[in-house]
Amino acid sequence: MDALEPPRLIKKGAEANLYLADWHGRKVILKKRLPKEYRPAKLDAQIRTYRTIHEPQLMHEAKKAGVPTPKIFLVNVKDTTVVMEYIEGTQVKLLLNQISEKERKNLCFKIGQEIAKLHLFGLIHGDLTTSNMIMTTKGKVFFLDFGLGEKNTELEAKGVDLHLMKRALQSTHYQFAESCFESVIDGYKDIASVKTLKSVLDKVKQIERRGRYVAERKQVS
Amino acid sequence: MGKMKSQMNEGYCLGIESSADDFGVGISSFDGKIASNVIDAYVPSEGGIHPMKAARHHAEVASKAVQEAFQKSGVRPKDLSIIAFSQGPGLGPCLRTGATVARALSSYFGIPLVGVNHCIAHIEIGKLRTRAEDPVTLYVSGGNTLVAAYDAGRYRVFGETLDIALGNCLDVFAREVGLSQKPGLPFGAVIEKLAVNGKELLPLPYTVKGMDLSLSGLITAATALARKEDYKLEDICYSLQETAFSMVTEVTERALAHVGKKELLLTGGVAANKRLQSMIRAVAEEHGVKYDAVEAEFAIDNGAMIAWTGVLAYKHGLTTPLDKSFVRMKWRLEEVETPWMR
Repeated sequence: MDALEPPRLIKKGAEANLYLADWHGRKVILKKRLPKEYRPAKLDAQIRTYRTIHEPQLMHEAKKAGVPTPKIFLVNVKDTTVVMEYIEGTQVKLLLNQISEKERKNLCFKIGQEIAKLHLFGLIHGDLTTSNMIMTTKGKVFFLDFGLGEKNTELEAKGVDLHLMKRALQSTHYQFAESCFESVIDGYKDIASVKTLKSVLDKVKQIERRGRYVAERKQVS
Repeated sequence: MGKMKSQMNEGYCLGIESSADDFGVGISSFDGKIASNVIDAYVPSEGGIHPMKAARHHAEVASKAVQEAFQKSGVRPKDLSIIAFSQGPGLGPCLRTGATVARALSSYFGIPLVGVNHCIAHIEIGKLRTRAEDPVTLYVSGGNTLVAAYDAGRYRVFGETLDIALGNCLDVFAREVGLSQKPGLPFGAVIEKLAVNGKELLPLPYTVKGMDLSLSGLITAATALARKEDYKLEDICYSLQETAFSMVTEVTERALAHVGKKELLLTGGVAANKRLQSMIRAVAEEHGVKYDAVEAEFAIDNGAMIAWTGVLAYKHGLTTPLDKSFVRMKWRLEEVETPWMR
Protein backbone atom coordinates (compact mmCIF):
# COMPACT_ATOMS: atom_id res chain seq x y z
CA MET A 1 0.00 0.00 0.00
CA ASP A 2 3.04 2.20 -0.41
CA ALA A 3 1.43 3.99 -3.32
CA LEU A 4 -1.24 5.45 -1.11
CA GLU A 5 -0.88 9.07 -0.28
CA PRO A 6 -1.75 10.01 3.29
CA PRO A 7 -5.40 8.95 3.35
CA ARG A 8 -7.95 11.42 4.65
CA LEU A 9 -10.75 10.18 6.94
CA ILE A 10 -14.06 11.13 5.32
CA LYS A 11 -16.47 9.01 7.29
CA LYS A 12 -16.39 7.25 10.61
CA GLY A 13 -19.07 4.65 10.08
CA ALA A 14 -20.47 2.15 12.51
CA GLU A 15 -18.26 -0.71 11.42
CA ALA A 16 -15.54 0.84 9.32
CA ASN A 17 -13.60 4.02 8.74
CA LEU A 18 -13.66 5.34 5.20
CA TYR A 19 -10.60 7.16 3.91
CA LEU A 20 -10.29 9.02 0.64
CA ALA A 21 -6.94 8.31 -0.96
CA ASP A 22 -4.95 8.38 -4.16
CA TRP A 23 -3.96 4.94 -5.41
CA HIS A 24 -1.75 4.88 -8.51
CA GLY A 25 -3.44 8.00 -9.77
CA ARG A 26 -6.93 6.79 -9.03
CA LYS A 27 -9.24 8.33 -6.50
CA VAL A 28 -10.12 5.50 -4.15
CA ILE A 29 -11.94 4.72 -0.94
CA LEU A 30 -10.01 2.79 1.65
CA LYS A 31 -12.44 0.94 3.85
CA LYS A 32 -10.85 -0.20 7.07
CA ARG A 33 -12.73 -2.33 9.57
CA LEU A 34 -11.24 -1.36 12.91
CA PRO A 35 -11.28 -3.63 15.96
CA LYS A 36 -14.28 -3.13 18.20
CA GLU A 37 -13.23 -2.94 21.81
CA TYR A 38 -16.67 -3.84 23.09
CA ARG A 39 -16.79 -7.42 21.83
CA PRO A 40 -14.48 -10.35 22.61
CA ALA A 41 -11.32 -10.26 20.45
CA LYS A 42 -11.99 -13.71 18.99
CA LEU A 43 -15.54 -12.83 17.89
CA ASP A 44 -14.38 -9.43 16.68
CA ALA A 45 -11.64 -10.91 14.50
CA GLN A 46 -14.06 -13.48 13.04
CA ILE A 47 -16.65 -10.86 12.14
CA ARG A 48 -14.19 -8.40 10.62
CA THR A 49 -12.31 -11.04 8.63
CA TYR A 50 -15.52 -12.61 7.34
CA ARG A 51 -16.95 -9.30 6.20
CA THR A 52 -13.67 -8.14 4.64
CA ILE A 53 -13.55 -11.26 2.48
CA HIS A 54 -17.23 -11.52 1.63
CA GLU A 55 -18.05 -7.91 0.89
CA PRO A 56 -15.80 -7.65 -2.20
CA GLN A 57 -16.98 -11.06 -3.41
CA LEU A 58 -20.60 -9.98 -3.19
CA MET A 59 -19.87 -6.65 -4.86
CA HIS A 60 -18.26 -8.54 -7.69
CA GLU A 61 -21.27 -10.85 -7.96
CA ALA A 62 -23.59 -7.85 -7.92
CA LYS A 63 -21.84 -6.53 -11.03
CA LYS A 64 -22.59 -9.82 -12.76
CA ALA A 65 -26.23 -9.30 -11.80
CA GLY A 66 -26.05 -5.92 -13.50
CA VAL A 67 -26.13 -3.84 -10.34
CA PRO A 68 -23.56 -1.01 -10.21
CA THR A 69 -21.03 -1.37 -7.39
CA PRO A 70 -17.59 0.21 -6.94
CA LYS A 71 -14.63 -1.62 -8.53
CA ILE A 72 -12.47 -3.48 -6.04
CA PHE A 73 -8.73 -2.83 -6.37
CA LEU A 74 -7.25 -4.53 -3.35
CA VAL A 75 -8.31 -6.71 -0.45
CA ASN A 76 -6.01 -6.94 2.53
CA VAL A 77 -7.47 -9.57 4.82
CA LYS A 78 -4.79 -9.31 7.48
CA ASP A 79 -5.36 -5.60 7.73
CA THR A 80 -9.16 -5.98 7.24
CA THR A 81 -8.97 -3.29 4.58
CA VAL A 82 -10.55 -3.01 1.14
CA VAL A 83 -9.48 -0.50 -1.52
CA MET A 84 -12.28 0.38 -3.90
CA GLU A 85 -13.27 2.87 -6.56
CA TYR A 86 -14.52 6.25 -5.35
CA ILE A 87 -17.97 6.92 -6.79
CA GLU A 88 -18.76 10.54 -7.64
CA GLY A 89 -22.34 11.29 -6.81
CA THR A 90 -24.82 12.00 -4.05
CA GLN A 91 -25.90 9.73 -1.26
CA VAL A 92 -29.54 8.74 -1.85
CA LYS A 93 -30.27 9.51 1.81
CA LEU A 94 -29.46 13.18 1.19
CA LEU A 95 -31.06 13.27 -2.25
CA LEU A 96 -34.42 11.72 -1.51
CA ASN A 97 -35.83 14.51 0.64
CA GLN A 98 -34.72 17.24 -1.79
CA ILE A 99 -35.98 16.15 -5.19
CA SER A 100 -39.43 16.48 -6.77
CA GLU A 101 -42.09 13.85 -6.30
CA LYS A 102 -41.63 12.61 -9.85
CA GLU A 103 -37.85 12.34 -9.48
CA ARG A 104 -38.33 10.57 -6.18
CA LYS A 105 -40.68 8.09 -7.80
CA ASN A 106 -38.19 7.39 -10.59
CA LEU A 107 -35.29 7.00 -8.18
CA CYS A 108 -37.20 4.57 -5.97
CA PHE A 109 -38.36 2.65 -9.05
CA LYS A 110 -34.72 2.32 -10.06
CA ILE A 111 -33.75 1.16 -6.57
CA GLY A 112 -36.49 -1.46 -6.74
CA GLN A 113 -35.16 -2.67 -10.08
CA GLU A 114 -31.64 -3.04 -8.69
CA ILE A 115 -32.86 -4.92 -5.63
CA ALA A 116 -34.81 -7.32 -7.87
CA LYS A 117 -31.69 -7.89 -10.01
CA LEU A 118 -29.73 -8.82 -6.89
CA HIS A 119 -32.45 -11.16 -5.64
CA LEU A 120 -32.94 -12.92 -8.98
CA PHE A 121 -29.19 -13.53 -9.00
CA GLY A 122 -29.35 -15.07 -5.53
CA LEU A 123 -27.78 -12.11 -3.75
CA ILE A 124 -28.99 -10.52 -0.54
CA HIS A 125 -27.69 -7.06 0.31
CA GLY A 126 -28.40 -7.33 4.03
CA ASP A 127 -28.38 -3.63 4.83
CA LEU A 128 -30.63 -1.83 2.38
CA THR A 129 -30.72 1.76 3.55
CA THR A 130 -30.55 4.98 1.56
CA SER A 131 -27.19 5.65 3.23
CA ASN A 132 -25.79 2.73 1.29
CA MET A 133 -26.75 3.95 -2.18
CA ILE A 134 -25.15 6.62 -4.34
CA MET A 135 -26.76 8.26 -7.35
CA THR A 136 -24.25 9.38 -9.96
CA THR A 137 -24.66 12.39 -12.22
CA LYS A 138 -25.40 9.97 -15.05
CA GLY A 139 -28.36 8.61 -13.14
CA LYS A 140 -26.89 5.28 -12.12
CA VAL A 141 -27.57 4.02 -8.60
CA PHE A 142 -24.53 2.37 -7.01
CA PHE A 143 -25.05 -0.03 -4.12
CA LEU A 144 -22.47 -0.03 -1.33
CA ASP A 145 -21.82 -1.77 1.97
CA PHE A 146 -22.39 -5.44 1.28
CA GLY A 147 -20.76 -6.34 4.60
CA LEU A 148 -23.95 -7.93 5.95
CA GLY A 149 -24.88 -9.50 2.62
CA GLU A 150 -24.94 -13.13 1.59
CA LYS A 151 -25.52 -15.49 -1.28
CA ASN A 152 -28.95 -16.85 -0.61
CA THR A 153 -31.88 -17.78 -2.83
CA GLU A 154 -34.40 -18.35 -0.04
CA LEU A 155 -37.59 -16.35 0.07
CA GLU A 156 -37.01 -15.57 3.74
CA ALA A 157 -33.77 -13.68 3.01
CA LYS A 158 -35.37 -11.69 0.19
CA GLY A 159 -38.27 -10.83 2.45
CA VAL A 160 -35.99 -9.56 5.22
CA ASP A 161 -34.07 -7.51 2.64
CA LEU A 162 -37.21 -5.71 1.45
CA HIS A 163 -38.46 -5.38 5.01
CA LEU A 164 -35.23 -3.57 5.93
CA MET A 165 -35.64 -1.24 2.93
CA LYS A 166 -39.16 -0.43 4.07
CA ARG A 167 -38.02 0.23 7.64
CA ALA A 168 -35.20 2.47 6.47
CA LEU A 169 -37.70 4.54 4.49
CA GLN A 170 -40.05 4.71 7.47
CA SER A 171 -37.40 5.86 9.94
CA THR A 172 -35.41 8.21 7.72
CA HIS A 173 -37.85 9.35 5.01
CA TYR A 174 -41.11 9.07 6.94
CA GLN A 175 -42.75 11.89 4.96
CA PHE A 176 -42.69 9.85 1.77
CA ALA A 177 -42.10 6.37 3.13
CA GLU A 178 -45.27 4.87 1.76
CA SER A 179 -45.08 6.24 -1.78
CA CYS A 180 -41.33 5.55 -1.94
CA PHE A 181 -41.83 1.92 -0.97
CA GLU A 182 -44.64 1.60 -3.53
CA SER A 183 -42.24 2.79 -6.22
CA VAL A 184 -39.59 0.36 -4.99
CA ILE A 185 -42.17 -2.42 -5.36
CA ASP A 186 -43.09 -1.21 -8.85
CA GLY A 187 -39.44 -1.30 -9.84
CA TYR A 188 -39.02 -4.75 -8.35
CA LYS A 189 -42.06 -5.95 -10.29
CA ASP A 190 -40.57 -4.53 -13.48
CA ILE A 191 -37.63 -6.97 -13.22
CA ALA A 192 -39.03 -9.93 -11.29
CA SER A 193 -42.27 -11.66 -12.22
CA VAL A 194 -45.53 -10.68 -10.59
CA LYS A 195 -45.60 -14.13 -9.00
CA THR A 196 -42.13 -13.66 -7.44
CA LEU A 197 -43.05 -10.23 -6.19
CA LYS A 198 -46.23 -11.52 -4.63
CA SER A 199 -44.47 -14.31 -2.75
CA VAL A 200 -41.75 -11.92 -1.53
CA LEU A 201 -44.34 -9.38 -0.35
CA ASP A 202 -46.28 -12.12 1.43
CA LYS A 203 -43.04 -13.03 3.15
CA VAL A 204 -42.46 -9.39 4.16
CA LYS A 205 -45.88 -9.40 5.81
CA GLN A 206 -45.08 -12.64 7.58
CA ILE A 207 -41.77 -11.23 8.85
CA GLU A 208 -43.48 -8.09 10.09
CA ARG A 209 -45.99 -10.18 11.98
CA ARG A 210 -43.15 -11.87 13.85
CA GLY A 211 -42.00 -8.54 15.21
CA ARG A 212 -43.12 -6.67 18.29
CA TYR A 213 -46.50 -5.01 18.59
CA VAL A 214 -47.82 -5.61 15.14
CA ALA A 215 -51.54 -5.05 14.82
CA GLU A 216 -51.92 -7.73 12.15
CA ARG A 217 -50.02 -10.41 14.08
CA LYS A 218 -53.10 -12.37 15.06
CA GLN A 219 -54.49 -12.57 11.54
CA VAL A 220 -54.17 -15.81 9.66
CA SER A 221 -52.17 -15.45 6.50
CA MET B 1 -53.58 33.56 31.82
CA GLY B 2 -51.40 33.99 34.89
CA LYS B 3 -53.46 31.49 36.77
CA MET B 4 -53.32 29.09 33.86
CA LYS B 5 -49.54 29.27 33.84
CA SER B 6 -49.18 28.58 37.54
CA GLN B 7 -51.55 25.66 37.14
CA MET B 8 -49.25 24.24 34.53
CA ASN B 9 -46.19 24.42 36.76
CA GLU B 10 -47.69 23.31 40.04
CA GLY B 11 -49.34 19.99 40.51
CA TYR B 12 -48.80 16.28 40.76
CA CYS B 13 -49.50 13.33 38.56
CA LEU B 14 -50.04 9.79 39.80
CA GLY B 15 -48.95 7.22 37.22
CA ILE B 16 -49.85 3.56 37.02
CA GLU B 17 -47.75 0.97 35.21
CA SER B 18 -49.07 -2.56 34.70
CA SER B 19 -48.06 -3.66 31.20
CA ALA B 20 -46.37 -6.91 32.24
CA ASP B 21 -45.24 -8.52 35.50
CA ASP B 22 -44.70 -5.34 37.52
CA PHE B 23 -47.42 -3.25 39.10
CA GLY B 24 -46.03 0.23 39.67
CA VAL B 25 -47.43 3.43 41.13
CA GLY B 26 -45.39 6.61 40.95
CA ILE B 27 -46.06 10.24 41.76
CA SER B 28 -44.29 13.03 39.89
CA SER B 29 -44.53 16.76 40.42
CA PHE B 30 -45.16 18.92 37.36
CA ASP B 31 -41.53 20.05 37.40
CA GLY B 32 -40.20 16.49 37.35
CA LYS B 33 -39.49 15.67 40.99
CA ILE B 34 -40.30 12.01 41.60
CA ALA B 35 -42.09 11.97 44.95
CA SER B 36 -42.54 8.21 45.12
CA ASN B 37 -42.11 5.13 42.98
CA VAL B 38 -43.66 1.96 44.35
CA ILE B 39 -43.11 -1.30 42.47
CA ASP B 40 -44.73 -4.63 43.31
CA ALA B 41 -43.41 -7.44 41.11
CA TYR B 42 -45.24 -10.63 40.27
CA VAL B 43 -42.82 -13.55 40.36
CA PRO B 44 -44.24 -16.74 38.83
CA SER B 45 -43.53 -19.92 40.80
CA GLU B 46 -42.65 -21.62 37.52
CA GLY B 47 -42.61 -20.83 33.80
CA GLY B 48 -42.98 -17.40 32.24
CA ILE B 49 -45.51 -14.65 32.90
CA HIS B 50 -49.06 -15.94 32.70
CA PRO B 51 -51.04 -12.82 31.74
CA MET B 52 -54.16 -13.74 33.74
CA LYS B 53 -52.18 -14.66 36.85
CA ALA B 54 -50.12 -11.47 36.60
CA ALA B 55 -53.32 -9.43 36.17
CA ARG B 56 -54.79 -11.07 39.28
CA HIS B 57 -51.64 -10.15 41.19
CA HIS B 58 -51.98 -6.53 40.01
CA ALA B 59 -55.62 -6.38 41.14
CA GLU B 60 -54.67 -7.76 44.55
CA VAL B 61 -51.81 -5.33 45.23
CA ALA B 62 -53.25 -2.21 43.52
CA SER B 63 -54.90 -0.48 46.47
CA LYS B 64 -51.94 -1.17 48.76
CA ALA B 65 -49.49 0.16 46.17
CA VAL B 66 -51.54 3.34 45.61
CA GLN B 67 -51.74 3.95 49.36
CA GLU B 68 -48.02 3.37 49.73
CA ALA B 69 -47.29 5.84 46.90
CA PHE B 70 -49.27 8.53 48.76
CA GLN B 71 -47.67 7.73 52.10
CA LYS B 72 -44.09 7.68 50.84
CA SER B 73 -44.50 10.92 48.92
CA GLY B 74 -46.46 12.92 51.46
CA VAL B 75 -48.59 14.04 48.52
CA ARG B 76 -52.30 14.10 49.35
CA PRO B 77 -55.00 12.97 46.93
CA LYS B 78 -56.28 16.56 46.67
CA ASP B 79 -52.81 17.67 45.47
CA LEU B 80 -53.16 15.55 42.32
CA SER B 81 -54.02 17.24 39.04
CA ILE B 82 -54.02 14.20 36.76
CA ILE B 83 -53.93 10.40 36.70
CA ALA B 84 -51.74 8.76 34.06
CA PHE B 85 -51.66 5.10 33.10
CA SER B 86 -49.73 2.79 30.83
CA GLN B 87 -52.12 2.35 27.91
CA GLY B 88 -49.87 0.02 25.90
CA PRO B 89 -48.06 -1.84 24.50
CA GLY B 90 -48.17 -4.89 26.75
CA LEU B 91 -50.21 -7.84 27.97
CA GLY B 92 -53.94 -7.20 27.65
CA PRO B 93 -55.20 -8.46 31.03
CA CYS B 94 -52.36 -6.68 32.86
CA LEU B 95 -52.87 -3.39 31.05
CA ARG B 96 -56.63 -3.56 31.64
CA THR B 97 -56.17 -3.96 35.39
CA GLY B 98 -54.01 -0.82 35.58
CA ALA B 99 -56.38 1.09 33.31
CA THR B 100 -59.35 0.16 35.48
CA VAL B 101 -57.59 1.45 38.60
CA ALA B 102 -56.63 4.64 36.77
CA ARG B 103 -60.18 5.25 35.48
CA ALA B 104 -61.58 4.71 38.96
CA LEU B 105 -59.13 7.18 40.56
CA SER B 106 -59.69 9.74 37.81
CA SER B 107 -63.45 9.69 38.16
CA TYR B 108 -63.38 9.53 41.98
CA PHE B 109 -61.07 12.55 42.28
CA GLY B 110 -62.69 14.28 39.29
CA ILE B 111 -59.36 14.91 37.51
CA PRO B 112 -58.28 14.20 33.91
CA LEU B 113 -56.94 10.87 32.72
CA VAL B 114 -53.82 10.64 30.51
CA GLY B 115 -52.99 7.45 28.62
CA VAL B 116 -49.24 7.01 28.13
CA ASN B 117 -47.22 4.87 25.73
CA HIS B 118 -45.05 2.56 27.82
CA CYS B 119 -41.99 2.68 25.51
CA ILE B 120 -42.01 6.46 25.31
CA ALA B 121 -42.30 6.63 29.10
CA HIS B 122 -39.06 4.61 29.36
CA ILE B 123 -37.26 7.14 27.17
CA GLU B 124 -38.74 10.19 28.92
CA ILE B 125 -37.92 9.07 32.47
CA GLY B 126 -34.43 8.17 31.23
CA LYS B 127 -33.97 11.68 29.87
CA LEU B 128 -35.32 13.23 33.08
CA ARG B 129 -33.00 11.22 35.32
CA THR B 130 -29.84 11.54 33.23
CA ARG B 131 -30.48 15.05 31.88
CA ALA B 132 -30.08 13.76 28.33
CA GLU B 133 -31.87 16.03 25.87
CA ASP B 134 -32.05 14.27 22.54
CA PRO B 135 -30.45 10.84 22.81
CA VAL B 136 -30.33 7.69 20.79
CA THR B 137 -31.96 5.24 23.20
CA LEU B 138 -31.31 1.52 23.47
CA TYR B 139 -34.27 0.04 25.30
CA VAL B 140 -33.78 -3.60 26.26
CA SER B 141 -36.23 -5.49 28.45
CA GLY B 142 -38.28 -8.66 28.64
CA GLY B 143 -40.71 -7.38 26.05
CA ASN B 144 -38.72 -4.87 24.02
CA THR B 145 -35.41 -4.57 22.20
CA LEU B 146 -35.22 -1.42 20.13
CA VAL B 147 -33.09 1.56 19.23
CA ALA B 148 -35.08 4.78 18.97
CA ALA B 149 -34.40 8.46 18.43
CA TYR B 150 -36.49 11.58 17.98
CA ASP B 151 -37.05 13.18 14.58
CA ALA B 152 -39.70 15.64 13.45
CA GLY B 153 -42.51 15.30 15.97
CA ARG B 154 -42.08 11.66 16.90
CA TYR B 155 -39.73 9.03 18.18
CA ARG B 156 -38.65 6.75 15.36
CA VAL B 157 -37.46 3.16 15.67
CA PHE B 158 -34.17 2.72 13.82
CA GLY B 159 -33.31 -0.79 14.92
CA GLU B 160 -35.35 -3.52 16.48
CA THR B 161 -35.48 -7.24 17.14
CA LEU B 162 -37.08 -9.19 14.32
CA ASP B 163 -38.41 -11.79 16.73
CA ILE B 164 -38.03 -11.90 20.51
CA ALA B 165 -36.71 -9.37 23.04
CA LEU B 166 -33.28 -9.63 24.66
CA GLY B 167 -34.68 -10.13 28.18
CA ASN B 168 -37.02 -12.78 26.85
CA CYS B 169 -34.08 -14.54 25.19
CA LEU B 170 -32.16 -14.68 28.48
CA ASP B 171 -35.25 -15.76 30.46
CA VAL B 172 -36.17 -18.58 28.11
CA PHE B 173 -32.60 -19.89 28.06
CA ALA B 174 -32.46 -19.78 31.87
CA ARG B 175 -35.68 -21.74 32.18
CA GLU B 176 -34.61 -24.24 29.51
CA VAL B 177 -31.44 -25.10 31.44
CA GLY B 178 -33.24 -25.24 34.78
CA LEU B 179 -32.00 -22.09 36.51
CA SER B 180 -34.29 -20.45 39.04
CA GLN B 181 -35.02 -16.83 39.85
CA LYS B 182 -36.31 -15.18 42.98
CA PRO B 183 -37.48 -11.70 43.95
CA GLY B 184 -34.56 -9.33 43.56
CA LEU B 185 -32.58 -11.84 41.52
CA PRO B 186 -34.18 -12.19 38.08
CA PHE B 187 -32.93 -14.66 35.46
CA GLY B 188 -30.83 -11.98 33.79
CA ALA B 189 -28.89 -11.41 37.01
CA VAL B 190 -28.47 -15.18 37.52
CA ILE B 191 -26.98 -15.53 34.02
CA GLU B 192 -24.79 -12.47 34.54
CA LYS B 193 -23.34 -14.02 37.73
CA LEU B 194 -22.56 -17.30 35.98
CA ALA B 195 -21.13 -15.51 32.93
CA VAL B 196 -18.56 -13.70 35.06
CA ASN B 197 -16.85 -17.07 35.58
CA GLY B 198 -17.08 -18.11 31.93
CA LYS B 199 -13.86 -18.09 29.93
CA GLU B 200 -14.31 -19.92 26.66
CA LEU B 201 -16.27 -18.24 23.87
CA LEU B 202 -18.38 -20.93 22.22
CA PRO B 203 -19.68 -20.37 18.68
CA LEU B 204 -23.29 -19.14 18.61
CA PRO B 205 -25.26 -17.61 15.72
CA TYR B 206 -24.58 -13.91 15.27
CA THR B 207 -27.54 -12.46 13.38
CA VAL B 208 -27.47 -8.77 12.54
CA LYS B 209 -29.66 -7.65 9.64
CA GLY B 210 -29.10 -4.02 8.85
CA MET B 211 -30.05 -2.20 12.04
CA ASP B 212 -32.30 -5.08 13.08
CA LEU B 213 -31.31 -8.29 14.82
CA SER B 214 -32.67 -11.75 15.46
CA LEU B 215 -32.33 -13.48 18.82
CA SER B 216 -34.50 -16.58 18.61
CA GLY B 217 -31.78 -18.76 17.02
CA LEU B 218 -29.49 -18.00 19.94
CA ILE B 219 -31.76 -19.71 22.46
CA THR B 220 -31.94 -22.87 20.36
CA ALA B 221 -28.17 -22.98 19.86
CA ALA B 222 -27.29 -22.14 23.47
CA THR B 223 -29.79 -24.66 24.83
CA ALA B 224 -28.38 -27.33 22.50
CA LEU B 225 -24.89 -26.67 23.90
CA ALA B 226 -26.21 -27.01 27.45
CA ARG B 227 -27.79 -30.40 26.66
CA LYS B 228 -24.51 -31.82 25.36
CA GLU B 229 -22.94 -31.74 28.83
CA ASP B 230 -19.52 -31.20 27.28
CA TYR B 231 -19.59 -27.55 28.15
CA LYS B 232 -19.60 -25.66 31.39
CA LEU B 233 -22.78 -23.69 32.05
CA GLU B 234 -20.59 -20.70 32.94
CA ASP B 235 -19.04 -20.76 29.48
CA ILE B 236 -22.43 -21.04 27.78
CA CYS B 237 -23.82 -18.12 29.79
CA TYR B 238 -20.70 -16.10 28.99
CA SER B 239 -20.99 -16.92 25.28
CA LEU B 240 -24.71 -16.18 25.20
CA GLN B 241 -24.18 -12.79 26.82
CA GLU B 242 -21.16 -11.87 24.71
CA THR B 243 -22.88 -12.83 21.45
CA ALA B 244 -26.29 -11.33 22.19
CA PHE B 245 -24.86 -8.13 23.66
CA SER B 246 -22.39 -7.74 20.77
CA MET B 247 -25.31 -7.91 18.34
CA VAL B 248 -27.35 -5.37 20.30
CA THR B 249 -24.32 -3.11 20.60
CA GLU B 250 -23.56 -3.35 16.89
CA VAL B 251 -27.08 -2.26 15.87
CA THR B 252 -26.91 0.53 18.45
CA GLU B 253 -23.65 1.72 16.92
CA ARG B 254 -25.17 1.53 13.45
CA ALA B 255 -28.14 3.62 14.53
CA LEU B 256 -25.88 6.11 16.29
CA ALA B 257 -23.71 6.55 13.19
CA HIS B 258 -26.82 6.79 11.02
CA VAL B 259 -28.65 9.53 12.96
CA GLY B 260 -25.58 11.36 14.25
CA LYS B 261 -26.89 12.37 17.69
CA LYS B 262 -24.61 13.30 20.58
CA GLU B 263 -26.11 11.29 23.45
CA LEU B 264 -26.59 7.58 24.02
CA LEU B 265 -29.05 6.30 26.62
CA LEU B 266 -29.34 2.74 27.90
CA THR B 267 -32.56 1.69 29.60
CA GLY B 268 -34.96 -1.20 30.28
CA GLY B 269 -34.60 -4.15 32.65
CA VAL B 270 -31.53 -5.58 30.89
CA ALA B 271 -29.77 -2.20 31.26
CA ALA B 272 -28.85 -3.36 34.78
CA ASN B 273 -26.34 -5.81 33.26
CA LYS B 274 -22.81 -4.52 33.88
CA ARG B 275 -21.35 -6.21 30.82
CA LEU B 276 -23.93 -4.66 28.50
CA GLN B 277 -23.30 -1.29 30.15
CA SER B 278 -19.57 -1.57 29.47
CA MET B 279 -20.18 -2.42 25.80
CA ILE B 280 -22.56 0.48 25.20
CA ARG B 281 -20.24 2.83 27.06
CA ALA B 282 -17.36 1.74 24.83
CA VAL B 283 -19.37 2.59 21.71
CA ALA B 284 -20.30 5.99 23.11
CA GLU B 285 -16.66 6.71 23.89
CA GLU B 286 -15.53 5.64 20.43
CA HIS B 287 -18.00 8.02 18.81
CA GLY B 288 -17.40 10.81 21.30
CA VAL B 289 -20.97 10.97 22.57
CA LYS B 290 -22.33 11.29 26.09
CA TYR B 291 -23.34 7.97 27.66
CA ASP B 292 -25.81 7.27 30.42
CA ALA B 293 -27.45 4.16 31.82
CA VAL B 294 -30.70 4.84 33.61
CA GLU B 295 -30.56 3.84 37.31
CA ALA B 296 -32.28 0.48 37.93
CA GLU B 297 -35.31 1.83 39.77
CA PHE B 298 -36.26 3.90 36.73
CA ALA B 299 -34.94 1.53 34.06
CA ILE B 300 -37.29 -1.33 34.93
CA ASP B 301 -41.05 -0.93 34.45
CA ASN B 302 -42.21 1.65 36.98
CA GLY B 303 -45.03 4.05 37.75
CA ALA B 304 -42.86 7.16 37.97
CA MET B 305 -42.10 7.03 34.24
CA ILE B 306 -45.81 6.92 33.48
CA ALA B 307 -46.49 9.81 35.87
CA TRP B 308 -43.74 11.98 34.36
CA THR B 309 -44.75 11.27 30.76
CA GLY B 310 -48.35 12.02 31.76
CA VAL B 311 -47.16 15.42 32.99
CA LEU B 312 -45.40 16.13 29.67
CA ALA B 313 -48.49 15.18 27.67
CA TYR B 314 -50.89 17.10 29.91
CA LYS B 315 -48.77 20.25 29.77
CA HIS B 316 -49.20 20.11 26.00
CA GLY B 317 -52.93 19.76 26.18
CA LEU B 318 -53.16 16.01 25.77
CA THR B 319 -55.66 14.10 27.92
CA THR B 320 -57.50 10.84 27.30
CA PRO B 321 -61.31 10.89 27.48
CA LEU B 322 -62.88 7.83 29.09
CA ASP B 323 -64.24 6.50 25.81
CA LYS B 324 -60.71 6.57 24.32
CA SER B 325 -59.03 4.97 27.32
CA PHE B 326 -59.18 1.37 26.06
CA VAL B 327 -55.81 -0.37 26.25
CA ARG B 328 -53.66 -0.72 23.15
CA MET B 329 -51.69 -3.94 23.33
CA LYS B 330 -49.80 -3.34 20.08
CA TRP B 331 -49.28 0.41 20.37
CA ARG B 332 -46.03 1.20 18.57
CA LEU B 333 -44.08 4.20 19.72
CA GLU B 334 -43.85 5.72 16.24
CA GLU B 335 -47.62 6.26 16.35
CA VAL B 336 -47.38 8.72 19.23
CA GLU B 337 -47.13 12.48 18.73
CA THR B 338 -44.71 14.03 21.20
CA PRO B 339 -45.37 17.80 21.10
CA TRP B 340 -43.18 18.36 24.18
CA MET B 341 -40.11 17.56 22.11
CA ARG B 342 -40.51 20.54 19.81
